[in-house]
Amino acid sequence: MEGIGIWGVPLAIFAGAIRVSTPFIFVSLGESITERSGRINLGLEGTLVFGAMTAYAIAVMSGSPWLGVLAAMATGAVFGLIHGWICKFPKVNDIAIGIAMMQFGLGLAFFLGKPFIQPVAPHLPSIALGGWSDLPQIQSALNINVLFIIGALLAVALWWAFKNTRIGLILRVVGDSSDAARAMGLNPDTVRLLATAVGGSLAAVGGAYLSLYYPGSWNEGISSGQGLMAVALVIFARWNPIGCFLAALLFGGAGALGPALQSVGVTQGYYLFYAAPYVLTLVILVATSSPTRSLGGAPGTLSITK
Amino acid sequence: MIQIRDTPLPRAGKAVGIQTIGMAMRFGSFTALDNISIDIPAGTFHALLGENGAGKSTLVKCIMGFYRQTSGSLSVDGHEVSVQSPKDAATYGLGMVYQQFTLVPSLTGAENLVINRAHVPAVINWAKERKDLAGFMERMPFKIPLDRPVSELAAGEKQKLEIVKQLYLGRSFLILDEPTSVLTPAEADEMLGLVRGMTERGELTVLMISHKFHEVTKFTDAVTVLRRGKMAGSGLVKDLSTKDMAAMMIGDVKLAELDTRLPVPSDARPILVVSGIKAPDRTGLKMIDIGNLTVRAGEIVGIAGISGNGQKELAEVLAGQRPPEAGSITVKGSIYGATRQETRINNVRFIPEEPLNNACAPKMTVTENLAFRTFDVRKQGGDALWLDMKSMRKRAVSLISDFKVKTASHSSPIASLSGGNVQRAVLARELTGDVDLLIVSNPCFGLDFSAVAEIRARIMKARNSGTAVLLLSEDLDELLEMSDRIMVMSDGKLVYETPALSADISVIGAHMAGHH
Repeated sequence: MEGIGIWGVPLAIFAGAIRVSTPFIFVSLGESITERSGRINLGLEGTLVFGAMTAYAIAVMSGSPWLGVLAAMATGAVFGLIHGWICKFPKVNDIAIGIAMMQFGLGLAFFLGKPFIQPVAPHLPSIALGGWSDLPQIQSALNINVLFIIGALLAVALWWAFKNTRIGLILRVVGDSSDAARAMGLNPDTVRLLATAVGGSLAAVGGAYLSLYYPGSWNEGISSGQGLMAVALVIFARWNPIGCFLAALLFGGAGALGPALQSVGVTQGYYLFYAAPYVLTLVILVATSSPTRSLGGAPGTLSITK
Repeated sequence: MIQIRDTPLPRAGKAVGIQTIGMAMRFGSFTALDNISIDIPAGTFHALLGENGAGKSTLVKCIMGFYRQTSGSLSVDGHEVSVQSPKDAATYGLGMVYQQFTLVPSLTGAENLVINRAHVPAVINWAKERKDLAGFMERMPFKIPLDRPVSELAAGEKQKLEIVKQLYLGRSFLILDEPTSVLTPAEADEMLGLVRGMTERGELTVLMISHKFHEVTKFTDAVTVLRRGKMAGSGLVKDLSTKDMAAMMIGDVKLAELDTRLPVPSDARPILVVSGIKAPDRTGLKMIDIGNLTVRAGEIVGIAGISGNGQKELAEVLAGQRPPEAGSITVKGSIYGATRQETRINNVRFIPEEPLNNACAPKMTVTENLAFRTFDVRKQGGDALWLDMKSMRKRAVSLISDFKVKTASHSSPIASLSGGNVQRAVLARELTGDVDLLIVSNPCFGLDFSAVAEIRARIMKARNSGTAVLLLSEDLDELLEMSDRIMVMSDGKLVYETPALSADISVIGAHMAGHH
């Protein structure tokens, strides 16, 4: 880090926030749609890894990374549909099904993905916004992937849609009160099925980003639990899409702390900083919770708030 | 067929009248409804009275198309109509406000209204909708903030919004199912007064299910009384006395009578002493501050107040659910922290409001719920390691028959019981054995007469046998009937105290309203 010295740390955190956060953004936006409909899909970790594998495989075979992303979305939607379809049966617990779906997705992805560990897939494009600077560090930090920008726009669009569209209101009605939804002639199971499918397809986009951009390869250790952490992020963000986006950024930035310190020559204890995102999440969740107040914004029919 | 009137607003003088002719409903061999003929002319306020299980809800479900009647017919404005589903009912302008709120809590009032329309545009133009809604609300007698989430509204406002929703959807005949059961007397009077005004102006016809005679006599034009599925009587309210209506409702059943009140001995020892308690209320913005509250053996101290003035928080502090920031609670002279052990040693019992949620495990059986106080002690004393299912069952069976709890079986989940029977079951659990201190909160909310009479008699009996009773209630009549002393709680503080015998209702009312 010659040239900018200690400034490398905040820059690395900024770059990390953008680079690491993208999968979190997609998974948490998807999960926020699912949870707003009153269901939790814990299986998104499996969907994410399966999406990563599908995107990589299709990109290798077709040569187009975007075809890979579309294929990942399709498989994600299928995973979501399976989850939603099983959960509509009485006495089925969405969390238990989610855990089963997570293991199923992981196992299936590793099984089908074996032949694709060696080949190299084309990467997703990024936009270089750092051309004004001579410093290579700044140029690389401002090399922003298209999916990140799509994610940011999607967060704003969802936030708007929850308030201003029929579908958004219907989703919130179903998530808050099944009885009210039925009284309006809506079928909560159908709405939740579709919401879980959409959530699954977005989570798979997060996986496609992992295998097609950063780190940009397919192997069995591709995910470090992004799919699970994103579920926590949604709660942390109080089911607000823009909150999900910001929480994902914060999480990504904290995740970049360890590598950044290592790169400026901190040799001791930087492993501790690898845990920063998790510690941060715990600290913020504890600080914003209260035993005498209920969680604001929680959809009423969510199985954890019942 | 007439189009469903969706966005359009009720025009004055558009109320519809309905008639049921020989309406009957049989479920298998059970006759829930037998030959019911009611005439409700347009622009009238009609009351439907009856005990639990008398067939009131079956009748309104037939009118609304949830059930298809076995025989008989329904006419709207003199034309016979066939109502196969709630949607059909909506076509004819028939709407219903249910006992439980059907509003979506996290949505604002405006969002709730708009999403309930039959045709909602894909993208909602809020600027236009807000303007339309403001215009609509101008014609409504109710003033409700439409831009706040429904969960932040008071119960009275929610109830009004339910009615406004029906009117917004273009209904001109409304069934109100016990609309005041969750409202304070003042809220109830205001709401019913406004509804009454709408019927007088011919904008609305109302059929109200109720238990409360004073509401029926004060606000409605005519009444129909059902008993065990049959017409037990009907007539204009001005021709009927409360006694006549009660007689029609309960038939020749004798209500439990209160024991004669034994005088409180002058040397009765204080059982509960609360001093200097300070605790934050549920919003966290205000504090409750109880300077001094003493309840002596063999007396009932009533706490009056409009809901939301800290009674709930006081009850929670006494139950150990809300830690106080300062002050002390003593029971029989020793510090009381509401642990299970202290509760047991001091024989403290607690009947919170909404006992199904606050004092029961709804999905556990009646037997198990009845054993909550005793399951972990052995008969010969000491902690029990194994549950003694046999004696739990035996005890449950005897309590169920002693307290007349109506349940399909002692092993049914307690959530399957009606409100009155849950209250009876909790009472059975809490009043069995030695009770030195009983804390009761709104014990008769939403119950019918025989249950109310029964529960009040039980509490009075406990008082006469030396139990100290703290009764928190929003029903002033109940407090005047039951209490020895009445204290008024306002804005988190006890602001007034009076012996119940010489109590002046207007003075109590003024203190409740905060004029002190």
